[in-house]
Amino acid sequence: MRRRLLFLLPVALFAIVALYLVVGLSPERDPTLVPSVMIDKPAPDFVLPGLFDDGQGLSTDDLQGQVSLVNFFASWCVPCRAEHPILLRLAREEGVPLYGIAYKDQPDDSRAWLAELGDPFQRIGVDLSGRTAIDFGVYGVPETYVIDRAGRIRYRHVGPLTPAVIEETVLPLIAELRS
Amino acid sequence: MIVEIGHFALVLALCTALVQASLPLIGAARNNAAWMAVAQPAAQGQLLFVAIAFAALTYAYVTSDFSVLNVAANSHSAKPLLYKVTGVWGNHEGSLLLWALILALFGAAVSWFGDNLPATLRARVLAVQAMIGVGFLSFMLLTSNPFARLIPAPADGNSLNPLLQDPGLAFHPPMLYLGYVGFSMSFSFAVAALIEGRVDAAWARWVRPWTLAAWVFLTAGIGLGSWWAYYELGWGGWWYWDPVENASFMPWLLGTALLHSAIVVEKRGALKSWTILLAIVTFAMSLLGTFLVRSGVITSVHAFASDPERGLFILAFLVIAIGGALVLFALRAPALQGGGLFAPISREGGLVLNNLLLSTATATVFLGTLYPLFLDAFGAGAVSVGPPFYNATFVPLMIPLILVMAIGPMLAWKRGDLAGALGRLSFAFIGAAAVALVTWRLRSDGPALAVLGMAVAAWLLVGTLVELAERVKLFRAPLAESGRRARQLPRAAYGMTLAHAGLAIAIIGMTGASAWKQEEVRIMRPGETVAVAGYDYRLEGVERVQGPNYFADRASFTVTDGDRVVAMLHPEKRFYPVQRMPTTEAAIHTTGIADLYAVIGDPDGAGGWTVRIFHEPLVPWIWGGLLVMVAGGLTSLSDRRLRVGVPARRRQIAAAGAGA
Repeated sequence: MRRRLLFLLPVALFAIVALYLVVGLSPERDPTLVPSVMIDKPAPDFVLPGLFDDGQGLSTDDLQGQVSLVNFFASWCVPCRAEHPILLRLAREEGVPLYGIAYKDQPDDSRAWLAELGDPFQRIGVDLSGRTAIDFGVYGVPETYVIDRAGRIRYRHVGPLTPAVIEETVLPLIAELRS
Repeated sequence: MIVEIGHFALVLALCTALVQASLPLIGAARNNAAWMAVAQPAAQGQLLFVAIAFAALTYAYVTSDFSVLNVAANSHSAKPLLYKVTGVWGNHEGSLLLWALILALFGAAVSWFGDNLPATLRARVLAVQAMIGVGFLSFMLLTSNPFARLIPAPADGNSLNPLLQDPGLAFHPPMLYLGYVGFSMSFSFAVAALIEGRVDAAWARWVRPWTLAAWVFLTAGIGLGSWWAYYELGWGGWWYWDPVENASFMPWLLGTALLHSAIVVEKRGALKSWTILLAIVTFAMSLLGTFLVRSGVITSVHAFASDPERGLFILAFLVIAIGGALVLFALRAPALQGGGLFAPISREGGLVLNNLLLSTATATVFLGTLYPLFLDAFGAGAVSVGPPFYNATFVPLMIPLILVMAIGPMLAWKRGDLAGALGRLSFAFIGAAAVALVTWRLRSDGPALAVLGMAVAAWLLVGTLVELAERVKLFRAPLAESGRRARQLPRAAYGMTLAHAGLAIAIIGMTGASAWKQEEVRIMRPGETVAVAGYDYRLEGVERVQGPNYFADRASFTVTDGDRVVAMLHPEKRFYPVQRMPTTEAAIHTTGIADLYAVIGDPDGAGGWTVRIFHEPLVPWIWGGLLVMVAGGLTSLSDRRLRVGVPARRRQIAAAGAGA
């Protein structure tokens, strides 16, 4: 009998995977709504070395006193490439302070990547070990957080930013937090 | 008119497939030879009808018939003829038609060459193959008709995505599909064997050439795709762990496992139910790849036009085909007669370890690829776990696999002598240590993992050659004796040597490319020089050139090593006005040891250009290694085909003798 159960295992595993695939197809799926236990909590404490040789690192203290965005990125991440023009536009046209955290990415690669695509960030911290990302509760890159004046996380977006998310959610939220 | 004939032929193909999927199966159950015999003409008829449909669509493309929606959406009158033809499968509908064509081709091949199969097995295999055909043909006719008309017809078409207008990519999908669909054959054989309730050496002898053929095509397809990404995307990388790449890699990994476990079934009669399961899951991975690429559930750099409705259809098909096969497996596999016993240290043991490691590796790739999807169930979006995940999970599994790869072939069946095998591998050990030392001396700046990578590659390469030398008793017997043994060695043995050596060469390339790549990105003005890895790249100028359906900024670099001119590089940034889309054409000069790789970007408006120069050490070895692996597969295939045909031929000769 136990032997029989063993032979049922493949079909059971397949059923579970198929269920996930069905959920993946669901048209109501909205990747932008991610509940996070971190919402309205202060951003985790971190001190990261900087990406460039100017001695500027990134730490929790940098996030105080202004409304800012923290973006986790990596040069190996294909969706990051897709959202990059949006980050550049945010920094240049909307004047939103952007802080980057290079997630598990070799500094040389990050630098080359930013040299190629443009650098929208005011400061960039290097999170080689991924420790800070764990503290933030990052699922994977890219992820973006909106931080308010008091340094609390107010919004989290998983996956590449899209123009719709920026116009409908991120920019109104920033305006509200600033006023 | 011709287009309507194509559409009609597709409907006829579906009808034929329905007959082929039902009558032979019933005939096999009732032992009705006439009903079983329907399978052969049906399989050939299905091939004929799908071929007519394919020819009709090709005709529409070549004549630029824009009243066909598919042609208007994907072709353009100014496109070169080669890309008009390859455009047939450069889109969702057309690529499905290619799938169906190859599927029918494989089915017809069984009907032509399967004379020495038991009649019931052949009828069942063809019926299962036809069921897959029914799935794909109805998918096309119901949701993705390539022959849909567009009235009124536009004056010109949208043209093919310029990234796809490339010789490397033109032949990459057919290769991949030959691979994917080839595994449908192993699947059909596995399901037919479950229905029969019998798995024996003859079954394995039949499954192996199909699996091997599929594996050869898939290897070539993945190689072409990787090569294309390397020179066309202009990022200087050759593997991105992109979901679409993984979708082709997972069936490859499992197919490799299947190839090896089928040997055990054939030679020793063990691992039967495991091999059946592998055959089912390998094809499941092929279907899953199709699903991921076309449903839009996962973001990727090269996803097809995606559509949830189509995704639902493929998913339903996946559930029926694979779910059904796995239920059948749960019901019938426990009754399969197990075969020969073996000690843990034996050829069989080595192959089991190979299977375990390859399956686990597939599982890690599967998790990494579908992780965003599993997260989606909780509402998250398209995140990427990327190379750090695979480097931490996949690479550590490959190292023991490669270590065992050199030892396994040295072990005897049933009970092996590990100490003896290791003793005979002392050359390999010395080679690995020497390569590690040299690597460490030459590139002490590189990562430690690179030293390990080079060492295991050397271990595998030397180990594989030592195994061949052992077989022919090189240096132990007189040279004439060794030569005689070498001639008598079956081709399959040479196939294995080539395939394993090819992998070793590819690993050397992958290690070098990952560890010692150098990259320079900067703004350059004409006349300026940049030095990368000891070579000087001088930007001579940038000129505007006109292509058949694009214009381009073409840069000229002179690459010098000291005073010697090594190469002229002409990277282009092309612009395709019809789609308003730019592409980069990297310029690559290979020295055999390294690739010198230049890409031109956008002008900065002040006379300078963004320029990227990559120094890619050992990258050519990756493609070289893959070519050797493909050659190994083909060599082994030429052997198998003969052996499969032998019993039939012998029977004919015997019959002729009896007649005389």
